[in-house]
Amino acid sequence: MLELLWLVPLAPLGGFLILAVARARLGRRAVATVGVGSAGVALAAAGAVAAGFFALPAAGRVYEQNLGTWISAGDLAARFVLHLDALALVMMAVVTLVGFLILLYSAESMAGDEGYARFFCYMNLFVASMLVLVLAGDLLLLYLGWEGVGLCSYLLIGFWYREPANARAAKKAFIVTRVGDAALLVGLLVLFTQMGTSDIGGLLARAAERWPTGSSVATLAALLLLAGAVGKSAQLPLQVWLPDAMAGPTPVSALIHAATMVTAGVYLLSRMHGLFALAPAAATVTAVIGAATLLLAGTSALVQRDLKRVLAYSTMSQVGYMFVALGVGAWGAAIFHFVTHAVFKSLLFLAAGAVIAALGEEHDLFKMGGLRQRLPLVFWTFLAGAASLAALPLVTAGFYSKEEILAAAWAGPAGGRWLWAAGAVGAAVTALYTGRMVFLVFFGTAKREPSQQPGWAMATVLVILAALSVSGWWLDPRWLLGGTEIAATLPVRLAGTAAALAGIVLAWYFYLRRPALAARVAQSRAGAALGRWWIGGWGFDWLYNFIFVRPYVWLTQLGRDELLDGPFRTLGRTLDLAHAGMSWTVTGRVRWYAAALAAGAIAAIAVAVWR
Amino acid sequence: MNSVSPESGLVVAAVLFALGLGGVLARRNMLFVLMSIEIMLNAAALAMITAGARHHAADGQVMFMFILATAAAEVAVGLAIVLLIYRRRRTLDVDEAREMRG
Amino acid sequence: MQGLFYVSAAVAVLATALVVTRRNAAHALLYLVLSLAAVAGMFYALGAPLAAALEVIVYAGAIMVLFVFAVMVLALGREGERQESQWLRPRMWLGPAALAAVLLGELIYVLASGAAAVAGGTPVVVGPQEVGAALFGPYALGAELSSMLLLAGMVAAYHLARRKQMDEKEGER
Repeated sequence: MLELLWLVPLAPLGGFLILAVARARLGRRAVATVGVGSAGVALAAAGAVAAGFFALPAAGRVYEQNLGTWISAGDLAARFVLHLDALALVMMAVVTLVGFLILLYSAESMAGDEGYARFFCYMNLFVASMLVLVLAGDLLLLYLGWEGVGLCSYLLIGFWYREPANARAAKKAFIVTRVGDAALLVGLLVLFTQMGTSDIGGLLARAAERWPTGSSVATLAALLLLAGAVGKSAQLPLQVWLPDAMAGPTPVSALIHAATMVTAGVYLLSRMHGLFALAPAAATVTAVIGAATLLLAGTSALVQRDLKRVLAYSTMSQVGYMFVALGVGAWGAAIFHFVTHAVFKSLLFLAAGAVIAALGEEHDLFKMGGLRQRLPLVFWTFLAGAASLAALPLVTAGFYSKEEILAAAWAGPAGGRWLWAAGAVGAAVTALYTGRMVFLVFFGTAKREPSQQPGWAMATVLVILAALSVSGWWLDPRWLLGGTEIAATLPVRLAGTAAALAGIVLAWYFYLRRPALAARVAQSRAGAALGRWWIGGWGFDWLYNFIFVRPYVWLTQLGRDELLDGPFRTLGRTLDLAHAGMSWTVTGRVRWYAAALAAGAIAAIAVAVWR
Repeated sequence: MNSVSPESGLVVAAVLFALGLGGVLARRNMLFVLMSIEIMLNAAALAMITAGARHHAADGQVMFMFILATAAAEVAVGLAIVLLIYRRRRTLDVDEAREMRG
Repeated sequence: MQGLFYVSAAVAVLATALVVTRRNAAHALLYLVLSLAAVAGMFYALGAPLAAALEVIVYAGAIMVLFVFAVMVLALGREGERQESQWLRPRMWLGPAALAAVLLGELIYVLASGAAAVAGGTPVVVGPQEVGAALFGPYALGAELSSMLLLAGMVAAYHLARRKQMDEKEGER
């Protein structure tokens, strides 16, 4: 069964190729069949591979499939090699399952769009790239997948490209992540030149042999990888692109900008966790970045008016938790949270998409309300996702994964009180903005009547994801991954739980019981100032605009017609003059040409004779 | 047998060549231009033969034959073009045919 | 032999000068035939009898016949002569003549300065047999190229003539 591994990334790639070549000739039904079917094939193949994987002996469950040589030049021998271990298996399962469900949902939700075939084309390419990324056994192949998902992200954020704002958002996402990608590439090259191999397993083994813990090269490489992960996963300081990325269609936000691509950074750091074990300083930086991002994004989510932007900031915040877990060495917990987050956040996005579509593309939270009875299915599934996001104790999957991260932050190998405190405050803030979202959308008075109910495909997807969201702890993949068990004391766990519960209660009090109070706080002088500050994501856009964009634009303005154009204009004018001078000689008279030839011959002979 | 010095042959060739060149440049009648070109080719042939005689080799005469073939082809095409131009424009003035001006 | 050479040379130069300066095309053509025949005499004096024969047969014979045909077809007559006298004013020929004179001066200077190097050696007759052996031996490729050139010239001349016919047809229409 393991031999089917190649089919997992190649099935969506095949779907992409079919759609790319023949999309003008295919009907909508055929497009949907190819687009969803290829992801379905990938899911089925992933299931078969997983069955084969569990049939392997428990010790050393690793399977490699070499599909050929990509680049062979000197020391560099990059192969198309698929590497399946427990981590890759978990990632592959989540990507294929969530990808399939979201594509199924899109088949219905995107039905009215004129770019239907283009949408599935890009989405299939994305799924294929993401699978290459998670299954790659070679750093260069991983980078190929990494750039592939970045490209698809760009294409899909700008999916409705006729709107200039969407095109700008796509460009912003591409350029900002490129900063991280460049760092990642440098990091990969550092690793390659130091270790002489681009094979991930061999590279990590050699790194552990050659580099002592805390060596400066290891720290440099780890920090460069971290920069790449920070760009892709929208963490400080490269987080500014994610909220704007919500310009794409909602399934795109669910799949790329919540469930899979933004967690590619988490995957990368988990895959290279051996390197981070050698670089404690880089690990600490990771944890601090995660903690800062989760607080920044959580507070920003509190004040957003756009439903999708709330979810976007929430995604940043949750990925921040994963970074904290990675930083303290509990990468198993990070992957656990990745799994649960992929499920409940894609559920929230898809349910939000159903709400937005039902209200006629209305994104503003304050223009929604009272949808509990009018969209019951959407309400209950959204509630399941929201409960998981807010870490409602005992029933929700999100509770268990977040508790593990908080416990690791307290008691993990590199944990600390401050990290735990940030996480706990973040948990309360998460519950608060989640509650705000639920209460504003589904409770209170109805301001607008929904125009449509989700059809069977959307409903099925929502129900499946909701069931997974409240399925409790059994999504935990750590029994498979191995790694250290975290033994946090009960009081610490209870305190974390209490923080989440407090947030929920606070939200209930503010937004359901006393909405007037919330409004008064928001309108007070301090509240308004904070709101203005937070709604723009702590002013990072303004800051970057001031530090990078303005000087760059100024430089380009400066160079536009002064510095560089001068020589070229002079060259052009010289050529013009030369042309005018030379064209005088082209008279069209044969005798004139003959005379010129003769004169030239005379001159040449004269030179030869009286040299 | 008195010997003919190679220089004298070459000098005659040079004179003939200069006369031909003067004709090409001075005459406006295409027919005369073609004749002058024949003269120049002939002068070159004479130079070749002289050089061949100086070295007692057959190469000079072989070159002469190549020049002969070139001249024959040139005259055939050149005269055809002259006739064509005369038919179209009713004049043989070289300076009239100047559509190739840049 | 020396006598033949110098007489032929004098005739050639004189006849050529007359070719270049005549106004009547038919007269010029006759002087050109004379010039070519004189050059053939020089070839013979230089020990190249085959070249001399070919000069007479091909140049003075075949090629000149082409010119004669052209002159007849064009039928310039007195009108053409008057035109030529207009075209051949001093202003027209002084510049080119000066240019040609400079070239001649240069060539003669070169010959004079390099005279010592090329002096000596009596002309020996190089007969047709040797020429044929060289032409189809080491120069076989050149001979083939020449034949292709002639073929191309023939095709081009035929094509131009055909265009003429087509023009006439168009004129009739």
